Amino acid sequence: MTRRFQNIIIGAGHNGLACAAYLSRAGQSVLVLEASDVIGGAARNRDLAPGVTVSPGAHLLHAMPADLMRELNLSEHDLSLAATDLNTVSLAVNGEAITFDGDTVTGSAVSDADKAAYVRFNKDMHRFTKALGPALEKLAPEIAIETWKQRLDLMGLGWSIRKLGRYHMREFLRIIGMNFYDLLDEYFENPQMKAAIAMDALWGGEWGARSMGSVLTYLYRMAGYARNGDVGIAQPKGGMGAVSAAIAKAAKAAGTDIRTGARVKQILVENDHAVGVELETGERIEADRVISNADPKQTFMKLVSPDHLDTGFVRQIKNLRARGKAGKLHLVLSSAPKFKGVDTVNLGSRMIIAPTMDEIELAFNPSKYKKYPTAPVLEIIMPSVNDESIASDGRHLLSAVVQYLPYDDTPDEEANRTAFLETVLDQLERYAPDIRKQIIEAELLTPRDIEREFGMTGGHWHHVELVFETFLFNRPIPALSRHTSPITDLYLCGAGCHPGGNVMGIAGRNAAQLILKGGK
Amino acid sequence: MTSIITNNERPLSERPILETPFYPSYKHLIQNDNYEEWAGYTTLASFADVGQEYFSVRNTCGVYDLCPMIKYDICGIDAERYMNRLITRNVKKLLPKRVTYTVWCDDKGHIIEDGTVFRLSATEFRLCCADRQIDWLMDCAIGYDLVITEVTDAIVGLAVQGPVSCKILKKTGFDGVEKLKIFQLESFSLNGYEVMVSRTGFTGDLGYELWTNAINAADLWETLFKAGKPHGIRMIGSEALDMLRIEAGLIMVDVEFMSCFHTVKYDRNRTPFELGLDWVVDMNKGHFIGRRALVEARQKGLKNKLVGIDIDWNKRADGALIYNSENCERQIGEVTSALWSPILKQNIALAYLDAPYFEGNNDMWVEVYMHRECKWEREVYKCRVTEKPFYNPDRKKLTPPLDL
Repeated sequence: MTRRFQNIIIGAGHNGLACAAYLSRAGQSVLVLEASDVIGGAARNRDLAPGVTVSPGAHLLHAMPADLMRELNLSEHDLSLAATDLNTVSLAVNGEAITFDGDTVTGSAVSDADKAAYVRFNKDMHRFTKALGPALEKLAPEIAIETWKQRLDLMGLGWSIRKLGRYHMREFLRIIGMNFYDLLDEYFENPQMKAAIAMDALWGGEWGARSMGSVLTYLYRMAGYARNGDVGIAQPKGGMGAVSAAIAKAAKAAGTDIRTGARVKQILVENDHAVGVELETGERIEADRVISNADPKQTFMKLVSPDHLDTGFVRQIKNLRARGKAGKLHLVLSSAPKFKGVDTVNLGSRMIIAPTMDEIELAFNPSKYKKYPTAPVLEIIMPSVNDESIASDGRHLLSAVVQYLPYDDTPDEEANRTAFLETVLDQLERYAPDIRKQIIEAELLTPRDIEREFGMTGGHWHHVELVFETFLFNRPIPALSRHTSPITDLYLCGAGCHPGGNVMGIAGRNAAQLILKGGK
Repeated sequence: MTSIITNNERPLSERPILETPFYPSYKHLIQNDNYEEWAGYTTLASFADVGQEYFSVRNTCGVYDLCPMIKYDICGIDAERYMNRLITRNVKKLLPKRVTYTVWCDDKGHIIEDGTVFRLSATEFRLCCADRQIDWLMDCAIGYDLVITEVTDAIVGLAVQGPVSCKILKKTGFDGVEKLKIFQLESFSLNGYEVMVSRTGFTGDLGYELWTNAINAADLWETLFKAGKPHGIRMIGSEALDMLRIEAGLIMVDVEFMSCFHTVKYDRNRTPFELGLDWVVDMNKGHFIGRRALVEARQKGLKNKLVGIDIDWNKRADGALIYNSENCERQIGEVTSALWSPILKQNIALAYLDAPYFEGNNDMWVEVYMHRECKWEREVYKCRVTEKPFYNPDRKKLTPPLDL
């Protein structure tokens, strides 16, 4: 006998699982349908080689709210952190690495003025993050002032900015739409230092340091640190899959059913209501409501028939930007690599290859024209240094985010990937001269590969570009900014919604809370 | 996957104004060079005397050149689903070889255009309208498998309207045309080529529209006019057509409503309900574009609505404002189209009235400005809401038509 569920959630990514956990804990019946054979979405594990576990999507945890982890008892569900508060080390070809540790920045090339400016910079950014932060945890405010609730929501956001005080409010409003390149020029003189900080505004997106609104995306990242307790940039024990596994355990403990290998073909709509889903196998499962953790483009251009949608709406969805520019590099190494200027203590840090902000722009430019950069920028971690369970037999795993790659749908995709892997290794070799000799296994995932593996349109981490015009009530489009959709009982709970991507689970939690309050 | 075929060798903006394929045939009838441009073609506002042209349709047979009418062929396995979402009427109820009048709306339920949909077969439709729609049709096609072809230049059309139109068509060679019911279409063979005849029109009278490939234009015109000559057939221009459509209570884009793509002021957008077109909106057929907004609009109720009014006295009330009292205290509406109807001997107009006046009101006053011997004068006449269409002869629907 088929059991009827109140909720079907499409996609067992961390947001879908978080949404399921919250709904189940409130007594609702939930069925999570996952297309692939493993749960976790972009926060998952897989074996790269026997005995080597890689996190092929996200590889660090830095934005999940401490209260969410507490509410779902993730530590009781076997989530532990192998390392917290990772330092950031900006690598240099000449060995003059710069280390960022809290407010302290060290490095032979860093002037005293820059060291002082870094303290001041962090203080300013934390102040602004605090003003923005609450809005990035709650439901997006509505652009309407018809009810007192709507007025208060908007006033709350306005007030949190106003209460910065006259000077800082003006400063906030001056910089919020600005590009990060210019702002960093105002604070610092060391080009390598500026580039390392700049990249924290740029990971995953289709934008460079000179792009408008990159200050906002930096604050977005800072807001993640602010809400995650004292965890900072953390590495979960056992890989990012452990995060999803813990949320899944919490959900299951509360009664959620999870089915893997169940690819949804379409969302069934009757009389303007979502009534269930049809799987690729032809199986139909009915439910009171359907919650899609798939990105908005997939949800509305593939899973819902246009018969149920208005053309202006479809046009907005079609024109959403979802062109991921981040690739992933995974190397199995025979032994610990040696990076210039990095001692063994810092090998477990987050290492950045981004010599100057101009070189970031130069790496970004070709990707706009479907070409690969000659000197990519990288965020490198060595998960096996902090967590021995990642690689056995003394081997090591190097995991790196590589930017900027085009979404390559040309016939030369294979050859381009092979050639670009060499480009990336050449770049690595400049900073770790012996690394090629240590490579046992190498894998490069392009945005297109990421789309194939995780199902996110365009291989975009954030599902939909996370820029100024797709923030708050505009994310992904105004009509979808509060998890509801034009079709009654069809909800969104993924990174395409406010507040956006990174492994944080807020969109899933907000969607669940909205549904529990009765929808609208 | 949808493909779009427009057959325009160069951008329309660079194209000179064209003569229609019928132009060489009727050129000799043009007496007053009263031309106007319509969708890239020259058309005639009148050939000679507007009154005679008007009366040819009401008394004998008038012919209007429809070539510039924008025509899209929408074909494919998804065509029915596509059309059903595009327009407000239920396409599933539209059988092959039938035509329907409809409007289509944007997401907000505001009218983009009105026009006619010809269902040529289960999977083939032709959409006819006054303005080009290709961007909208393309965006509507996202997610559908069909081919949209603009056939405006390829297919020519003649509207043959009036009490003896059926007789003339029979004499032209369309055997069995009298069996066509209103809004029905059929293909005929004439002099070795195919002509599609639909019992449709914009005059509120008995009438047909003939459609064929552009290369047959000259022969079709010659054959038709040869057969019609003894029966008083006459070319008519758009001025006469405008009189006829007002009597028939038919609305016109840019007169009764603006396409929501062309409005600047948001409150100028119109829902079908405001135009009194509830009967073309099937709210129960499932989703169509703008439906959710229209459900909301219907709940909110109408602020104003287009109705027919009948005005005392005989001066045309073009563009006149309507008031609640004789001393014009409060404006309650305005006239969009006005006519002193020659056949009804009545001063009629289409007008927007505010709620609740459109429900029916006998105590309204219309303010008319008149230019009399180089002096502007203002008159206030009483008017009342009246039934539309103003003129609705039985012969419009009678099948077979009377053999006059």
